[in-house]
Amino acid sequence: MADQLSRRGFLKSAAAAGAALYIGANTKGVMAASNSADAMLNHFVKITGDGRAVALCKHVEFGQGSATGLTTLIAEELGVTMEQIDYEFAPSNPEIYNNLLFGPFQGTGGSTAIANSFTQYRTAGAAAREMLISAAAKTWGVDAGTLDIVEGVITGAGKTAPMGEFVAAAAGMEVPAEPRLRDASEWKIIGNAQTRRLDSPVKVNGQAQFAMDVHLDNQMVVMVRRTPQRGGTVVAFDDSASKVVKGFIMAQALPTGHGVAVYAENTWAAMQARNALEVEWDLSAAETRSSGEIKDEILAALNTEPTYNVNKADRAAVKTTVDGAATVLEKTFYFPLLAHAPMEPLNCTIEQTAEGDIVLHDGAQMPTGPHMAYQQIFELPAEKIQIKSMLAGGSFGRRATPDADYQVEAGLAFIMTDRSRPVKLVWDREDDIRGGYYRPAAGHKVRVGLDETGAIIGWDHQVAGQSIMKGTAFESFAVHDGVDHSTVEGIADSPYTIPGQALGLTDTEKATSVLWWRSVGHTHTAYVMEVMMDLAAKTSGKDAVEYRLGYLTGEGDAARKAGVLKLAAEKAGWGSAPAGHAKGIAVHKSFGSYVATVVEVSGNTDDGIVVEKVTAAVDCGIALNPDTVTAQAEGAIGYGIGHAMRDQITLDGGAVEQSNFPDYEPLRISDIKVIETHIVPSAEAPTGIGEPGTPPSAPALANAIAALSADAEYVAELPMSANGVEFA
Amino acid sequence: MTISLNLNGQTHEVDAEPGTPLLWVIRDELKLTGTKFGCGVAACGACTVHLDGEPVRSCQTFIEDIDGAEITTIEKMEEDKVGAAVQKAWLELDVVQCGYCQSGQIMNAVGLLRQNAKPTAEEVDDYMHGNACRCATYQRIRAGVLRASEILEA
Repeated sequence: MADQLSRRGFLKSAAAAGAALYIGANTKGVMAASNSADAMLNHFVKITGDGRAVALCKHVEFGQGSATGLTTLIAEELGVTMEQIDYEFAPSNPEIYNNLLFGPFQGTGGSTAIANSFTQYRTAGAAAREMLISAAAKTWGVDAGTLDIVEGVITGAGKTAPMGEFVAAAAGMEVPAEPRLRDASEWKIIGNAQTRRLDSPVKVNGQAQFAMDVHLDNQMVVMVRRTPQRGGTVVAFDDSASKVVKGFIMAQALPTGHGVAVYAENTWAAMQARNALEVEWDLSAAETRSSGEIKDEILAALNTEPTYNVNKADRAAVKTTVDGAATVLEKTFYFPLLAHAPMEPLNCTIEQTAEGDIVLHDGAQMPTGPHMAYQQIFELPAEKIQIKSMLAGGSFGRRATPDADYQVEAGLAFIMTDRSRPVKLVWDREDDIRGGYYRPAAGHKVRVGLDETGAIIGWDHQVAGQSIMKGTAFESFAVHDGVDHSTVEGIADSPYTIPGQALGLTDTEKATSVLWWRSVGHTHTAYVMEVMMDLAAKTSGKDAVEYRLGYLTGEGDAARKAGVLKLAAEKAGWGSAPAGHAKGIAVHKSFGSYVATVVEVSGNTDDGIVVEKVTAAVDCGIALNPDTVTAQAEGAIGYGIGHAMRDQITLDGGAVEQSNFPDYEPLRISDIKVIETHIVPSAEAPTGIGEPGTPPSAPALANAIAALSADAEYVAELPMSANGVEFA
Repeated sequence: MTISLNLNGQTHEVDAEPGTPLLWVIRDELKLTGTKFGCGVAACGACTVHLDGEPVRSCQTFIEDIDGAEITTIEKMEEDKVGAAVQKAWLELDVVQCGYCQSGQIMNAVGLLRQNAKPTAEEVDDYMHGNACRCATYQRIRAGVLRASEILEA
């Protein structure tokens, strides 16, 4: 074991570490134990002599409940209660703490935190249990098979003792290669809706530490004036007005040329000094288009032959079928740029230790990104860079840029100093809204042919938009035969059996940096699929649920999608509505999970729509922490509906027009009166829950509005408030 | 300028320029980080503190206007009867997700319950409207305020 660790290049220590048992993984994925303090670098679980357990969380906690979830897996297998275990964030190590679905890359995204960790973390907990039991069995001279750990106590064979008593002995035991995982019938915490979040106490009393709360001795605060248009560079700047600000230290252009860093003694001074800065920009190579031109380009692309034939269909034949159909439904959709706007504005703090190590304090969603970038910036080997992961105040994708944008910015600001003072980079809300990473704009044009009975006989679906993955390190992972799957996911892999479907894709030029935004391509594909299905049902005079079920007749995927559809309809009282109210439904699969949503509205589009109630049904496999699943459904629904109601980022001459919450208005408490979530019981492996609630929420709202009256229409361009729909 | 700041029952002499928001004195000078920066324009409520018992947005409260006032932050709510009830309700219902806005939500909720011990759901929505939560924990915030009202009544 020590050899395995040293082969990995980790330092060994002869220092006594007290009685502690660490369970981790080595290069080959085998579990390994050690009582060396330095083995803390590599563990998933730690048990100290006083019987406390600690789970090491490899995923960021930004509200989705990963810390509680990963800790639950350890606690369940080990045999402790949630009161007997704590959690810590793992250090950055792309080989040990990687996302098993991402390869050698540590990161959180795609609603995979639990899905990729479910077996790994249970195995770590089970290995610890078996080693402790082996140690006890040896001491007591009994068969290990007669012992178990229950609430932290080793019990069996007429004996009982706190597990802490055997920690030192267990550290010397052989690590089981394949520890027995507890059967689902033994589970006490997994699936228990009474389990509370472990991070709640510190988040209600002000003690939670986010990266924004870092105050290192002698730190400087840096804010950056960035180019107002993508591609602009600094020619010169005048900081004479900044110098008047008390606490101003200096201003320097970033070596990338995309901005000027302003250094100050504290945050308020940095804000004032940065805002007082005058910068001359070279905008000759910068983006100059406005949103109208970008939209025109995307819509024009929908009317040309697509660059990519995504599903290799015979489009000409599909078009012929649609053209000859008894009824042809045609609709063009447009989706604007959207900002993520997490509550905690982007920030991170960087320092250099006496040993020359670089330490980054960050709510790091993808630690491997800055870890790799800093090796280049500081010309240091990986082991000289430490990333201290902290709680993150939301992300929705924004903290996971392929180019580690804000961490790199902090690194550049730091390397331009003598490194004697830590540098804390802070973005304000205006920086965030204008900071240039957005859900890409997208357009869809769909022509659906129905026969005399209303059945679909052809579906010609064209998509145009800005690729998220192309030009990034993730291109080889997500782009195949030229198709960025993230632009067409939710159509190309829909569980619906749609006869005669052609799917085409055309990439358009990026006007801004674009990025995954909670549920990525599903943010627009689900909307289009579900509005078109609703329109087809209505045109055919069929019930919206029954009509969809007709295209979900298979086993597996289709059956699970049908399952949530039926459950949501049943729980929402589908088929009737109070006077003046109407209901709309939508169902979508994303990130391996299935969510159906019924939205009930009242009012009208002129005087104001009221969202009376949202009812959701969720199938995400085993619901590890059911209350977290419910909370994520609620949040994802709010995120989807809030932006569909009234948010968009627009460009004027290449510059973002919005700046802060007053013109990028968040969902507010009064916008949705009630959300009710129902979870489908399941024995399937857990899949995502952070994102899947978002995709069906907006189309369910659109479908509800379209059901309010005979002449009500399906909103085909978002946000709704800019396209003829008032909200109360 | 130097002002005398009474914060959480302690007096601090603070030297800051006129126009400095209370938020940055609390966070950067006094190092109490439970009060959050979210927007800087009083549009999100993450920075909510109590000024002589009333919720205010500390990002738009300036030090020259508060000499001698009593400021209370989230760090002191455990000792406040209403504050403790709200925190208890928040824990019962696991209101938080990312948690960044929740100090402000709790400070505002305490303000509501002090003036209206038994609010309706609609009154909660009206009073809490200015406190944004990007995680959209609103269902539980509403339920949490109503639950805190029950706890206080018991």
